[in-house]
Amino acid sequence: MAVQKNKKTIQRLIANSLILHIRPAHVPAKALRYTHTFGLGGMALVLFLVLISTGVLMIFVYEPSPERAYQSILFMQQEILFGRLIRGMHYWSANLLIGVAVLHMLRVFLTGAFHAPRQSNWIIGLSLLFLILLSGFTGYLLPWDQISYWAITICTEMLGYMPGIGQTLQRVILGGTEIGSATVINFYALHTIVVPFLLAMLMTWHFWRVRLAGGVVVPRDPGDDPEAGMDFVPFIPNLLLREIAVTLIVIAFVLVVAIVFGAPLGEPANPGVSPNPAKAPWYFLGFQELLLHFHPLFAVFVIPLAIAIAIVSIPYLRYDADLSGNWFLSPKGRRMAAVAAGTALLLTPLWILVDEFVLGPGGWLPGAAPIISNGLLPCGALAAGVVVFYMLLKRYFSASKNQAVQALFVLFMVGFALLTVTGVWFRGAGMALVWPWQM
Amino acid sequence: MADVDKPRRSFLSRILLALGSLAVLEAGWIAASFVGSRRRRASTGEGASVQVAGPVERFEPASVTAFREGEFYLARLKDGGFLALHRKCTHLGCTVPWIKDEQRFTCPCHASAFDIRGEVLDAPAPRALDLFAVRIENGIVKVDTTKPIRRSSFESHQVTRV
Repeated sequence: MAVQKNKKTIQRLIANSLILHIRPAHVPAKALRYTHTFGLGGMALVLFLVLISTGVLMIFVYEPSPERAYQSILFMQQEILFGRLIRGMHYWSANLLIGVAVLHMLRVFLTGAFHAPRQSNWIIGLSLLFLILLSGFTGYLLPWDQISYWAITICTEMLGYMPGIGQTLQRVILGGTEIGSATVINFYALHTIVVPFLLAMLMTWHFWRVRLAGGVVVPRDPGDDPEAGMDFVPFIPNLLLREIAVTLIVIAFVLVVAIVFGAPLGEPANPGVSPNPAKAPWYFLGFQELLLHFHPLFAVFVIPLAIAIAIVSIPYLRYDADLSGNWFLSPKGRRMAAVAAGTALLLTPLWILVDEFVLGPGGWLPGAAPIISNGLLPCGALAAGVVVFYMLLKRYFSASKNQAVQALFVLFMVGFALLTVTGVWFRGAGMALVWPWQM
Repeated sequence: MADVDKPRRSFLSRILLALGSLAVLEAGWIAASFVGSRRRRASTGEGASVQVAGPVERFEPASVTAFREGEFYLARLKDGGFLALHRKCTHLGCTVPWIKDEQRFTCPCHASAFDIRGEVLDAPAPRALDLFAVRIENGIVKVDTTKPIRRSSFESHQVTRV
């Protein structure tokens, strides 16, 4: 009896001092609704922890040099107990993390969780997404197989097209003019120390800002007073159990995928022979696809810069109303988002097909300088198209600014997703358009 | 008293700011010298390399010889002039193989094509293939592979003649 009581006290002590120190004691009952957040932020944290624990194990085996890297991975996979599993978990968690982080960003945007006081947390979240991509990119080279070598070659060459700083940046990243031992060391240091450290720091800040804003944005119906009549429930067990469930499901999923598919390891890198086709990592294939349609200056600089500025400024635009908490703002907002998604689904493939089969390499104005025929003209048309779309929305839906901005964001996200899908599944030898089953 | 303190405080905080910026600059300098060290090593030590390709007679006019070690192709034009072409495509850096039957370099990545002089035949490559400097000393062809030379298109002064 006394032992039982003692045990209970210890449990409560842990609950009170440790968990409740980091997490809130009570949470709004409405915020527990699973379809409100889908637990995506939590999933990202779990994947990060899986990545850290599997990554630390691999550091003990991996040797960062062109001569030894591939051999050390082979050794890990063939000689070490569960080596293949650990590498597979790392690989799949990394890829999943990119998808989950993007979905989390979509969720935050579409539930309006970027209005004050969450404005700065949107920026922190974007920085986290950038670091996640950077960590995927720097990890891509380390296995030193054909795919990693040529994907990094293509990506760093893409950087070289940036006006002014491009070539310097490329040389600093590569540690020379070509991928070599300096590149491996650069990427290894970034991948295993610099980026994870920055990620951990920023994540802490991210979570703290969520707490500061009073937890996740609370769902509400239009017209609700956000302050009135909120029901609170204790964190333990309501939210804690849900979080444990999501954690276990994510880990189980990663385990199963890692066991079934493992992590790919191709032929060792051979700088003399480029594979055909040579592709960037899948999360950069949207950019590589842009490069097939636009002059490099626009594909790797003007367009990404414009998009980055637009996304960063989202929380700081002047809106008609703070409608945070509702998916898609309202039924009308949902219809408009669907129209935007449909437009992107229709026009993106059309653009790709017309550019590939009708226009050809000469671009929009054959004979003119490439920077005009493949750069200024199509980019201008694209920008004009976006403006026209925005005005049509305002006109036919008499859309509020919230709804119009949301529709534009959906238009962009679906368009970019389609570019990525095209790059992954519809580009074959020589980056020609093919069906996925012909690859 | 307050009037006397004010300039002193702002003076001190300015000094502090200046020293702080200096410290940040120093730290940045140290970091840059660490990150940049390999580049310097590459350009002074092992990187500065001249490869001996062989005697002039070994290369027939209108032929291309691959040098895997130096990562270049030695092209001898019809008129007997030499060009050392970097094997890296100027579009996204893939290695271009010489297709002898078609007398052109064709990139496997995005189908750019170059002629024997490295001139662009098919887009998307934006520039002619980079060059390495060629010297002919006592009938021996030597190629300086330290650093590829960028060029926008072929010009006759790029050719080294016997």
